[in-house]
Amino acid sequence: MDFKKAEDLLKLCESKGMTISEVMKRRECDQFETTEDEIVYKMQHAWKIMKESAVGPTKNAVRSMGGLIGGEAKKLNEHRAKGKSIVGNVMAKAITYAMAVLEVNASMGLIVAAPTAGSSGVVPGVLLALQEEYKISDDRIIDGLFNASAIGYLAMHNATVAGAVGGCQAEIGVAAAMAASAATELMGGDARQCMYAASTVLMNMLGLICDPVLGLVEYPCQNRNASGAANALIAAEMSLSGITQMIPLDEMMDCMYNVGRRMPVEFRETAKGGCAATPTACALCKKCS
Amino acid sequence: MASISVFDVLGPNMIGPSSSHTAGASSIAYLAQKMAGGNIKKVEFILYGSFAETYHGHGTDKALLGGILGFTTDDKRIRDSFKIANDRGVEFEFVINETETDVHPNTVDIHIESADGKVLDVRGESIGGGKCRIVRIDNVPVDFTGEYSAAIIVQKDMPGVIKHIAGALSDRNINIAFMRLFREGKHERAYTIVETDSSLPEELKDAILQNKYVEDVMIVQV
Repeated sequence: MDFKKAEDLLKLCESKGMTISEVMKRRECDQFETTEDEIVYKMQHAWKIMKESAVGPTKNAVRSMGGLIGGEAKKLNEHRAKGKSIVGNVMAKAITYAMAVLEVNASMGLIVAAPTAGSSGVVPGVLLALQEEYKISDDRIIDGLFNASAIGYLAMHNATVAGAVGGCQAEIGVAAAMAASAATELMGGDARQCMYAASTVLMNMLGLICDPVLGLVEYPCQNRNASGAANALIAAEMSLSGITQMIPLDEMMDCMYNVGRRMPVEFRETAKGGCAATPTACALCKKCS
Repeated sequence: MASISVFDVLGPNMIGPSSSHTAGASSIAYLAQKMAGGNIKKVEFILYGSFAETYHGHGTDKALLGGILGFTTDDKRIRDSFKIANDRGVEFEFVINETETDVHPNTVDIHIESADGKVLDVRGESIGGGKCRIVRIDNVPVDFTGEYSAAIIVQKDMPGVIKHIAGALSDRNINIAFMRLFREGKHERAYTIVETDSSLPEELKDAILQNKYVEDVMIVQV
């Protein structure tokens, strides 16, 4: 079993009565001559790493290598614990965990790239928040990760997930599309609704540039992981409510890729534009002054 | 293009902050230490391009040294690799080369000196998503990724050597996935790189060394 486009994936799901996660598991077994037990075992290990990286900094703040971030997840967690969250538990936890993973990443801790290191907070942030708030079993979360990886695979195959090629929309945008699709499946949506959710995210994050201050995977990367998690939840909520999107996921992938390739090089991970080129960022950079 | 796995999307499991600057860097050094065969006394890293510009903030230096110490990309000891190298008595140095720009943006040259006096030079490129490739051994351009188990044979470019290597593999029922020969010139030093579908037994090295034109065999296990 294999697919190259979202449309093919949808056809497989609908003709065989399978979920996206089931098709993705079958594809992996067929393409790589492995067993479902083996890939589920590997995914369980990835989920364990994801959870540790999402929870650790909510209790103990970690300073990043470049010194630009650290402690944000703990602040968010305390704010929510005091009952002061204005967005509710699911959203509050999702953005807290997403920022936590980036804190771990930026301090040379262990993370799972999802799909990249710089966007590694979005998928675990959203899934862990849903797991805690809706009492979802680890087994079902593993399904969610296979669903997310189907969307990530489509982006890698048909577009890009590299900030240097397509800007932040290709990293955080794709990560959020993955999380939105997974959230939709976990909360009872069908394959078509998962695609709408993923499509919505790519639309809402279209054009986002990659502009890391000092060239480090810290700032605004960590903020953008929170934003990606929130965007994923917005899109999943819309799709689950029955809102459809007229632009199919395949077209949104192409669209995102085209926008990315037309971005000036300053906005593609070169640290020469956007936030990285503000007077404040430049003042931090001794080389530029 | 190779098919994309679920674990290319959700993965690698890695020490941050950047798949190309940490995971890819540590993989290059990990392959290099495998090729050197252990007991490394001294190592020098020459950094080019983006590696040269941002290695410190990205922890590329710690990742490279961690790879030399035998740590895989998900090993938490990478963060402490400077201290661990000092404890183990491994000398290390980082050199910046910002003048040579005609290279892949994430390139490193690794110069390794082993306790037994062996010297090895390896050039690697971190090509994104934590993936890497080795593009030069000593002065000979090569190309392999470390995604397969590999035997790297240093030999004199003479008739019969390839037959001997293929025979040694065939005798052990090992299937060859890719096999390429790189040479300095006709009848000069050559490198045969064999990538295989299964792991390679250590005694394969001695079997291949039986041929009089074979100088050295390096086994890199996945």
